[in-house]
Amino acid sequence: MTLTALTALLSHWRCNGLQFFAMVAGLALATALWSGVQAINSEARASYDAAAATLGEGQFDQLLPRSGDRIDQSTYIALRRAGLQISPVIEGRLRTEEGGIRLVGLDPLTAPGTIAPVGMQEDANLDDFLIRGVLFAAPDVAVALDGAVSQRIITDPSVAPGVALTDIGVAQALLDADNQLSRLIIATAQPMGLPDLGTVAPDLIRQPAQDAGADRLTDSFHLNLTAFGFLSFAVGIFIVHGTISLAFEQRRSMVRTLRALGVPLTTLIGLMISELIVFAVLAGGIGVALGYVIAAVLLPNVAATLQGLYGASVSGTLQLRPEWWVSGMAIAVLGTGFAASGALWKIAKMPLLASARPRAWAVASGETARRLGLVAVTLFLVGGGIAIWGQGLTLAFVLLACLLIGAALILPLLLRSAVTLADSRARSAMWQWFWADTRQQVPGMSLALMALLLATAANVGVSTMVSSFRVTFVDFLDQRLAPELFIRIEDPSQSPYVEAILLSEAQDVLPLLSAETEIAGVPTELFGVRVGPTYRENWLFLDETEDVWDRVETGSAAVVSEQFARRAGLWIEDPVIVAPGLTLPIAAIVADYGNPLGQALISEPLFRSLYPDIQPLSFGVRTSDPTALRNTLTDAHGLPESAITDQSRIKAFSLGVFERTFTVTGALNVLTLAVAAFAILMSLLTLASIRVPQLAPAWALGLTRRTLGQLELLRAVVLAMVTTVLAIPLGLMLAWVLLSYVNVEAFGWKLPLYLFPSHYALLTLFALLAAALAALWPAIRLARTPPSDLLKVFANDR
Amino acid sequence: MIGKLLCLVLLLPAQALAQGFAGLGTDAEGFAVPTPNPAFDFPQDHAAHPDYRIEWWYLTANLTGPDGTAYGVQWTLFRSALAPETRGGWADPQVWFAHAAVTTPDQHLVAERIARGGVGQAGVTSQPFEAWIDDWQMAGSSFDDLTLTARGNAFAYDLELAANGPLVFHGDNGFSVKSAQGQASYYYSQPYYEVSGTLTLPQGDVPVTGAAWLDREWSSQPLADTQSGWDWFSLSFDTGDKLMGFLLREDEGASFSSATWIEADGTTTSYADGAFAAQPLEWSEVAGRDVPSRWAVQLPDKGINVTVDVLNPKAWMALSIPYWEGPVTVQGSHTGRGYLEMTGYE
Repeated sequence: MTLTALTALLSHWRCNGLQFFAMVAGLALATALWSGVQAINSEARASYDAAAATLGEGQFDQLLPRSGDRIDQSTYIALRRAGLQISPVIEGRLRTEEGGIRLVGLDPLTAPGTIAPVGMQEDANLDDFLIRGVLFAAPDVAVALDGAVSQRIITDPSVAPGVALTDIGVAQALLDADNQLSRLIIATAQPMGLPDLGTVAPDLIRQPAQDAGADRLTDSFHLNLTAFGFLSFAVGIFIVHGTISLAFEQRRSMVRTLRALGVPLTTLIGLMISELIVFAVLAGGIGVALGYVIAAVLLPNVAATLQGLYGASVSGTLQLRPEWWVSGMAIAVLGTGFAASGALWKIAKMPLLASARPRAWAVASGETARRLGLVAVTLFLVGGGIAIWGQGLTLAFVLLACLLIGAALILPLLLRSAVTLADSRARSAMWQWFWADTRQQVPGMSLALMALLLATAANVGVSTMVSSFRVTFVDFLDQRLAPELFIRIEDPSQSPYVEAILLSEAQDVLPLLSAETEIAGVPTELFGVRVGPTYRENWLFLDETEDVWDRVETGSAAVVSEQFARRAGLWIEDPVIVAPGLTLPIAAIVADYGNPLGQALISEPLFRSLYPDIQPLSFGVRTSDPTALRNTLTDAHGLPESAITDQSRIKAFSLGVFERTFTVTGALNVLTLAVAAFAILMSLLTLASIRVPQLAPAWALGLTRRTLGQLELLRAVVLAMVTTVLAIPLGLMLAWVLLSYVNVEAFGWKLPLYLFPSHYALLTLFALLAAALAALWPAIRLARTPPSDLLKVFANDR
Repeated sequence: MIGKLLCLVLLLPAQALAQGFAGLGTDAEGFAVPTPNPAFDFPQDHAAHPDYRIEWWYLTANLTGPDGTAYGVQWTLFRSALAPETRGGWADPQVWFAHAAVTTPDQHLVAERIARGGVGQAGVTSQPFEAWIDDWQMAGSSFDDLTLTARGNAFAYDLELAANGPLVFHGDNGFSVKSAQGQASYYYSQPYYEVSGTLTLPQGDVPVTGAAWLDREWSSQPLADTQSGWDWFSLSFDTGDKLMGFLLREDEGASFSSATWIEADGTTTSYADGAFAAQPLEWSEVAGRDVPSRWAVQLPDKGINVTVDVLNPKAWMALSIPYWEGPVTVQGSHTGRGYLEMTGYE
């Protein structure tokens, strides 16, 4: 009996191949989108990590020579033999025909890091690296190195710009610096009971790790991308929900008949659930595979990087990892369960001898729309309450969910209202019929349109968030990395000498004086800056007064960081006691992402009067040719390589990394829209066959089939237009919640929201185009319906 | 980038997966190969043999604290050559790595070090004897009188070792066959160290006394490609007799065994494949896998039929080459204690 019942249930899909395709394809696409976003997210993570590693070259504490720029290798051995976990680095300039390249030699055996197993290829081995010598470099550097060294050069885009990496022994030989080291990296974890560093290495000075300011900024970006991953999946679930509801409605009569024949309800429900699980697994499998393809197409550089490193194909990031499969499958099965639970519930509650009422959902009255609207308004109210009184990350995500579900649920009501409004303005009978008929279609298409709404909103939100993030980050980089070179010295007594050298060689020198202090009860770094065009042109403020830099320069005001201002409860024009006896008004608030300390800036003369003993240890240097100046400083003036940071190259590299992520995000946008268009196509195709009885009278009254087809197309575009117009504010609200609410809850500071109207216009155009393309085929089919089919409607008229 | 370079170091475990445990089944191309009837030359042979691919100085100790608590200590220095030669400076193809561990009934603390030869960071000299890597060292005026130190993030130890018996040669006078196909190593031990010293644990310093067993082994290809791991026992019975026995597990469930019976005076009897037997009786889960925690061990020729229980089933060496190593107790026809090493449990 079970088998017979199963055969009967399955026969539905045999008769409705398109529906089956829609369900499996919808679910597969949803899963694919999920997997794709996962992959993109991990790529973004890897890219930022690369950028952060370059930005924060000193992520570990280091030992530097107290004087000179070389450490004798015997010192390193002595320290190792005293138990210190340190790793040697030699660096220097390697001359090539294309100019100097910074060569960095490391010891991979002792370099700190996590030792994790990777698949090794037969032609890459330790012997190669340690003994025969291999140089890793970014493509442009690799080209410059070619011919200059005899070692094998491996192109690796993740190596910092202008740098070639190799083994320490190879580097010592190339730099002609046998038994010489530049610095020693100190591992984070050290053995217990070590001797004091000062006694074992009196000639070395410990330089603390430099905080990579970008870390917290990128953390927030990851969180937001993850949120959008879920959103993309929600779009897919709407499609599946629509298809499954339709299929179950259509099978109501079959269920009734089967039950009347004696099949127990539990068996029937059990069969339907098993059937759905099989479909979900099938579709999930296709989806994960598809997601892999998407990722492979979007992220060719991941594979390329690893290929470059190991000289053979390596499965790195783009592995079909078990967690991918499992999470993709789980999402597919859970999504199907979520989408089908309502339908199954209805079947379970259906009285045995109820009329089957197929298609009941399509003729749902305005009552349903109003009920959904009521639920939506409740959700909005809850969301509003959370926005005003709620706290915590979980509630922030609940707020997001309220906003999204509410917007989707209120859509049918809004569409109905829009159509009713248009109806009341219609002048001719044909347009009145058109609008009335459109209103009739709204329930049938509402799920597809909800999918379009969420897809477009997600796109608006993603673009806004990503672009806002980019603008913020670029500003941040411009502001912080404005000087092309950055010089950091350890010995205060050298400061005047270094400054004199810099002044003789560079266009502009910006010494940075700093002291750690406590202002208004907040631990703060107080900076003394030489106000000049660099500050005036590059610094952007969150809030400012008139003539900020003039006031700072004359010593009559201070600039403070956002963190300081928020913690001290101060804002612009509030007086702040900078030092005993010195109270200055706050002239401006500056963003300082992720810095645990507060910051306050005053003019250099004022700082020197407060702290006459402090010498500047950092200098920003402006120049039009950073490489040449760098060479001059190291070669002619003997400044150590490690003291100079080429900020212009770091900036260019970081921006390059961002561009890559934005390309990928763009591709994601296109994909979500494609999924939404697919939903529209499927619902229109489903509706088309059922709609013949409703269209036949209009045809009989004189509308040509061609006109009917055109009106169908127009209808889809109009509905899509209303949906898209609603989606833009929804997307902006999403971005707003993520940037100003979720971010504050997660990280304690806001990311500013920027608007990009031209981008939204383009997106609307794409959405309309997608809807029109989706409606085209059903419209053409309608225009080509044989008149005999339309006539038959009247033959069967009761 | 540092991470990527470090991946290169993983040559060793990566090969472990492909070619027997820890790359020990690789081809001996260019390296010297052990031959039968070795003539050892001491103290030179206590030092390194760079023309062989791998070599180790492997010390395990069963110790007791003032309150009777049992402790285990491991100190191992490995040499792995990328080429059969030495070169000065960083270009030296001799890679050294070391493992240290302290096992208590409820704790297992481990640490590792890795270094290149040629620059003085690690190595072994014979006279005076010194085996070192960073600040870890096993050194003394002679091989019979050593000081042993090592230090990790959460433990340290400083032990004095004094030998009160002769060196013991395994297999055929130190030529130890490792497979039916004839793979072999040079293998001798000093199982007679008396130990005293201090363990530094997170809870504080513990004075300890006990006995230690040092294994010296070198080869270029000690395992057959089909051998996936081994179970190695060093047992010291209360009678004064000792037993070294190992089981090399083959891929298809077969195994190759070898054993040395050491009498209290140092007289040895070597046993070829089949004489020594060991079967796991109980398994424990550690580091996400099942590893035996109780063994039945037999050497019928000497009337040995004992049960070997591990002191702490969690004695997993979670290092770049992971394996199990820890102290054991012996019950049955004989009683005593010893050490157990189990490798290749996936």
